[in-house]
Amino acid sequence: MSQPAPQSAGSVREFELRVNPIACDAHGVCIALLPELITADPWGYPVIRPGPVPLRLLALARRAVADCPTLALLLTEPQQPDRSRARRQG
Amino acid sequence: MTTERLRAPDRMARPPGAGDLRLIVRDQPMELAAHRRYYGPVPHLDSGSGELITEIERAGLTGRGGAAFSTGRKLRAVATANAGRGARVVVANGSESEPASSKDAVLLARSPHLVLDGIQLCADTVGASRGYLCLGSRSPVARSVREAIAERDRAGLGGLPIEVVDGAAHGYLAGQETALVSLLNGGRAVPAFVPPRPSDKGVRRQPTLVLNVETLAQVALIARYGAAWFRSIGADDAPGSALVTVTGAVRRPGVREIPLGTPLGEVLHRSGLDAPAQAVLAGGYFGTWLPLPDAFRVPLSVPGLRAAGATFGAGVLAVLPASSCGLAETARVAGYLASQIADQCGPCRNGMPALAEAMNWIAFGQPDADIIGWARQLTGLITGRGACHLPDGAAVLVKSALTVFSADLRAHAAAGPCGRAQAAATLPIPPRSHR
Repeated sequence: MSQPAPQSAGSVREFELRVNPIACDAHGVCIALLPELITADPWGYPVIRPGPVPLRLLALARRAVADCPTLALLLTEPQQPDRSRARRQG
Repeated sequence: MTTERLRAPDRMARPPGAGDLRLIVRDQPMELAAHRRYYGPVPHLDSGSGELITEIERAGLTGRGGAAFSTGRKLRAVATANAGRGARVVVANGSESEPASSKDAVLLARSPHLVLDGIQLCADTVGASRGYLCLGSRSPVARSVREAIAERDRAGLGGLPIEVVDGAAHGYLAGQETALVSLLNGGRAVPAFVPPRPSDKGVRRQPTLVLNVETLAQVALIARYGAAWFRSIGADDAPGSALVTVTGAVRRPGVREIPLGTPLGEVLHRSGLDAPAQAVLAGGYFGTWLPLPDAFRVPLSVPGLRAAGATFGAGVLAVLPASSCGLAETARVAGYLASQIADQCGPCRNGMPALAEAMNWIAFGQPDADIIGWARQLTGLITGRGACHLPDGAAVLVKSALTVFSADLRAHAAAGPCGRAQAAATLPIPPRSHR
């Protein structure tokens, strides 16, 4: 897990929340902590609002990451969409 | 296999010309001596020079397993990953877990040495000291491929140890890149969360190149004849040739090599399209229904199918006869996909059985607006929510069925399942014992 680096003037580093769906057990801690960005699906699993985490919510997002009982929530720099998840067959 | 679009000359003293077949040129297996006569020797590459990677990037080759990722970028990622000399792995993916596809098996049966050349060339290029060739369970080519490897060893060409892995990989997800890595590391053949990518940490935590067997055969051709030759057929935005599997309501089903960009209708007519057909499933079981004859002019290529809202996938073209019900076909495939989940991710574990059940109601019951709405909602709920693309693919398939077969959907909702819903299945569903 990379930690957000201090921002230098003129270049704001953006971070996104991601769930490792294999690790996630739907404890719902992240949903309770960060309802602005994370909601529950019909089975209690988190649905993340797409896009970068707004600066004002970054501290809460870090806390949600730290408090996830299965370490399934990740704060990452935006990934290239075509390689962001496991793909079928090379 | 029938091959009228491109012809097979008897003897090749020069690179295959514009109208010639490239990948599968005989109806019989091509043994090593004939292979070398036909294609010429494998060119020598200075290990680590990167010249092959540059040529493959110029060629614009993309993966033929379904994801269509840039082969050059994959090679470069593995070649430049941080690892010691030789501590890299090449995996040839011939698992072909797509039930309607047979192009990889036909390629391996007819032109095994083209694939093996590709493994050797890629290993030399990225600096790998081990190669694996992964086949699906009950692969009909396991024995002949092992014989081809032994043939190379006897001829003194066996520079790289290549291990054939078969019989261990079951099911629709077993061919997924990270599932193969997991299998080769002694685990279950199920997808993993990325990162780490196989190109960073794969087999034995070494940088691992996973390429489909057809992609490797294309590499072997580009290494010999160059990028300009590769691009001399096909479309500007989709150069070269590709193998497709035509199945369903055609008189001459089978594997064909086509220049990319060939119109769908041309390929279907050459395969003996039985009129009237109502639709074609393009790509595979993660694919999209396209209505016929409207889609006849769609170019068969990644960008051509994308523009039509579909995917090239693994090159499957399954023709649905007018006597079948597209909703019933889709429901059976959705049920099959739900039976194939890895059971790792909550949204898929919950959503896939629910989606299969909703499709079952839609196909074989009298669905009300709630059921149809729930099916549509489920496609949104599962998309992008798994570690692999299985739920995404199932959602794409179901959404396209609800659109393309909307008249059937209204008829089922008004009066129950149509008589065609009981017709024999067009799309093959592997028996449970083979999954």
